Amino acid sequence: MKVIVNGEPRDLPDGATVAEAVASVTAAGAGVAAALNDEVVRRSAWETTRLGDDDRLEVLTAVQGG
Amino acid sequence: MDDDRLVIAGEELGSRLIMGTGGAPSMSVLRAALAASGTALTTVAMRRVDPSARGSVLDVLSECGIRVLPNTAGCFTAGEAVLTAKLAREALGTSWVKLEVIADERTLLPDPIELVEAAEQLVADGFVVLPYTNDDPVLARRLEQIGCAAVMPLGSPIGSGLGIRNPHNIELIVERAGVPVILDAGLGTASDAALAMELGCDAVLLATAVTRARHPERMAAAMRHAVEAGRLARLAGRIPKRRYAQASSPFEGLATS
Repeated sequence: MKVIVNGEPRDLPDGATVAEAVASVTAAGAGVAAALNDEVVRRSAWETTRLGDDDRLEVLTAVQGG
Repeated sequence: MDDDRLVIAGEELGSRLIMGTGGAPSMSVLRAALAASGTALTTVAMRRVDPSARGSVLDVLSECGIRVLPNTAGCFTAGEAVLTAKLAREALGTSWVKLEVIADERTLLPDPIELVEAAEQLVADGFVVLPYTNDDPVLARRLEQIGCAAVMPLGSPIGSGLGIRNPHNIELIVERAGVPVILDAGLGTASDAALAMELGCDAVLLATAVTRARHPERMAAAMRHAVEAGRLARLAGRIPKRRYAQASSPFEGLATS
């Protein structure tokens, strides 16, 4: 299945979860948040939230700024 | 003097200098500058994770014991800003947000329509909203009425170093505000920060003036002293300006020929 993670198309196994998609872009354990199709997915729901074809996932963290 | 503390949303902060982290050439320079500034609250931006990034600004803030204030820099619409704020709350575990909704990349000036819309949504969602706003007393008033925990008028465009272009408007904002006023953006050097405090601002927020100075750590220390000096001067009450001289030495008792 194809999902868009941080703007880049990515092939993930069918039924992949938010947790797996996040792990594909960062190993950071803390300070990271994810939004699925513009809705925040609480960290506690990462393992149980499954992605579907064409889903857009944004994975953000804090950087220098402001 | 020790009881003169900055309180935002019921929480006391140990410094009236709020720092940003943007523009620092390295994490070690940033760490030294933050330490020299004495800041207790410092902004970060939220961006897509970069697998190649080395060293995290969060680690620096954590080591320095500084509270993190996520911003919504780079957002052009209320929708983008609200989503970014929610991601920041989830990632960083804070409901405080520096709300920034800009109109265009050339001026980075706030878009007041989108700003108000985003502020309303975030306040309703329980955020402590610190909005970066134009130096417009009416808009500042509206943001306070919405429920923002502070208002943060600009001195001049972000990163411009032009200082406070409209001190009169800043005074008008201060006069009517019931929440802390934080001068945010445009400061170039220490005298700008002192002026902000003399005008009655409760704090200043700055980044570029320090992080892009030739010697960031030194400028951070200068800003710390300037904020303290300006605050003391404000509390002390400046003398009125006069058109003519007023002798400070007595005329009586002069030796005359």
